Amino acid sequence: MFRSRTFLLVVPALVVMALLPLGVGGYILGLLTLAYYYAVFAMSWDLLFGFAGEVNFGPTFLIGVGAYAAALLNHYQHWPIVACLAAGSVAAVVAGVVLAVPALRLTGPYFGLVTLVAVLLLQNILVLFAGITGGEIGLDLPDVLAIDDTTNYYYALTFMTVSGAVLFGLTCSPVGLILQASGQNAIEAAALGFNVTKHKLAAFCISAFFSGLAGGMLIFYLGTASVGTVVDIAVGVNVIIAAVLGGRRTIIGAALGSIFLIAAGELLRPLGQLSTFVVSAVALVVILFFPGGFLGRLLHTEGSE
Amino acid sequence: MQALQILIDGFAISCLYALGAIGFTLMFGVSGVLNLSHGAIMVVAAVIAWWMGASLAVDPYTGALAGVAASLVCSFFTYRVIVRPIQTSSAIPREEKEIFVLTGTLLWGIMLQEAVSYVFTNNPKTVRPLVNGVVSLVGIRTPWNELVTAGVSLAAIGCLYLLVNRTRTGKSLLAASMNPRGLTLLGFELTRIYVLVWAIYGVLTGIAGVLLGAFLGVSSDNAGTLTASAFSIVVLGGLGSVSGSLIAAFVVGYLETLTAYLVAPSIRTVPVLLLLVAVVYVRPQGLLGRR
Repeated sequence: MFRSRTFLLVVPALVVMALLPLGVGGYILGLLTLAYYYAVFAMSWDLLFGFAGEVNFGPTFLIGVGAYAAALLNHYQHWPIVACLAAGSVAAVVAGVVLAVPALRLTGPYFGLVTLVAVLLLQNILVLFAGITGGEIGLDLPDVLAIDDTTNYYYALTFMTVSGAVLFGLTCSPVGLILQASGQNAIEAAALGFNVTKHKLAAFCISAFFSGLAGGMLIFYLGTASVGTVVDIAVGVNVIIAAVLGGRRTIIGAALGSIFLIAAGELLRPLGQLSTFVVSAVALVVILFFPGGFLGRLLHTEGSE
Repeated sequence: MQALQILIDGFAISCLYALGAIGFTLMFGVSGVLNLSHGAIMVVAAVIAWWMGASLAVDPYTGALAGVAASLVCSFFTYRVIVRPIQTSSAIPREEKEIFVLTGTLLWGIMLQEAVSYVFTNNPKTVRPLVNGVVSLVGIRTPWNELVTAGVSLAAIGCLYLLVNRTRTGKSLLAASMNPRGLTLLGFELTRIYVLVWAIYGVLTGIAGVLLGAFLGVSSDNAGTLTASAFSIVVLGGLGSVSGSLIAAFVVGYLETLTAYLVAPSIRTVPVLLLLVAVVYVRPQGLLGRR
């Protein structure tokens, strides 16, 4: 029931998204491309928060490490894009393991703070070594994914679909259930004979892999890697808002939330400075009155909440 | 000479940090809420005090009072409109209330920040200090403002100490942080205690914001950094431990000042972040925390 309804919702939506380049202009495609990469950020975050139960305040630590590893290799070593992306993902997974070590010892706000500090440290390092990393201005990349809007759009859409399918499939699988159990009550899950540490570590690695890869793809789409686009706390905050807004513990909701956030930011652009205010207000209202998010009601009606 | 300078500057900044973090830790200790709009409320207090002084040309004391009042209003609003509805909501599972309070206050903080930046722009603003002039302190020329900042911060912390330890109402706060259920069994209304905490929080944060605005100046862009530094100090000292936060504030204040003077001002926050990571790894409950 859960699965079939999800698929009934997702498949038509994907078809519409795949046909979009026929009808809309390059500008909107560009926005959606950005939104799809954000969607992967948010889905990876949801895997950690919604399933493994780890509050990660610094999704941009994983994203930033992946993006900058790829950017540095491309800028200085001129590695081809695919190799850079692979190296970036590996770097992000290493970062994920580094983050997982405290997560296995700390709980709640303490772990949250460590993740926040990780981002601040990364940001400080990038700015301090501005000579190498480009600092606040950013690092320009010799290679880009594609120049054409439509090609870029399809890259992003495919990437989001594949990542979403993998992450969603994972959460529906027995592994996902064990993860969810360890997130909600680690002691009981361990008493049932599941290896909580192993599963949480795996969740961190998977989340880091997709975050890092998406970060790498994003900077190769934009053509520059800068602190403001892949490391800044504000980016991480948006990722968290998107995931909670779309409905935590749904994976697909996180993607929906990201697309909503980017679209809302764009629609409200005439308001100028006030647009962030309005988007935050809308998100706050959703959180206060519909805590399940957009998809919470739709997917969790069968008493699983 | 430089050692004395570091001693004095570090002292003033540490006192200010302590005041800024103490409301945050009190709030967590008593009601279990981590208020991520903390920095934004400080900014509101400072900007209102600045605006009263700059546009309405009132004297600095009235301006400062207005700033504290604004912070109090924000604080009550945060409680009534965001925190309380989440705490009493039946749609949110108990174990997820924490993340909802965090996300809710975070969003509210962004709203405050954006509102301030829309109305008053995000240019840095310096509140007119309460006392002008410079005093020579053991050979070091120190602005009066710096001493006032330290003095007022310590006085406010002292008042809080007396309130919590010497009055009946204050003791009920302490009791709420230890065992809320026991307190309700004794016939205390928890909601009233929470309202009181938010009132104290509003006043402390307001004073801290105004002093910060007069000492270092603020811009609406600082809201996130201010929250992060309060959060770090509080975790370093031990969540909910007021005396731990005091010690941590002095550690952070002096470490930053030492780095700024002896190494380079641009990396002043880095040693603090490293120390924080180290402490959290070795002693997750913080310096004086209880789990």
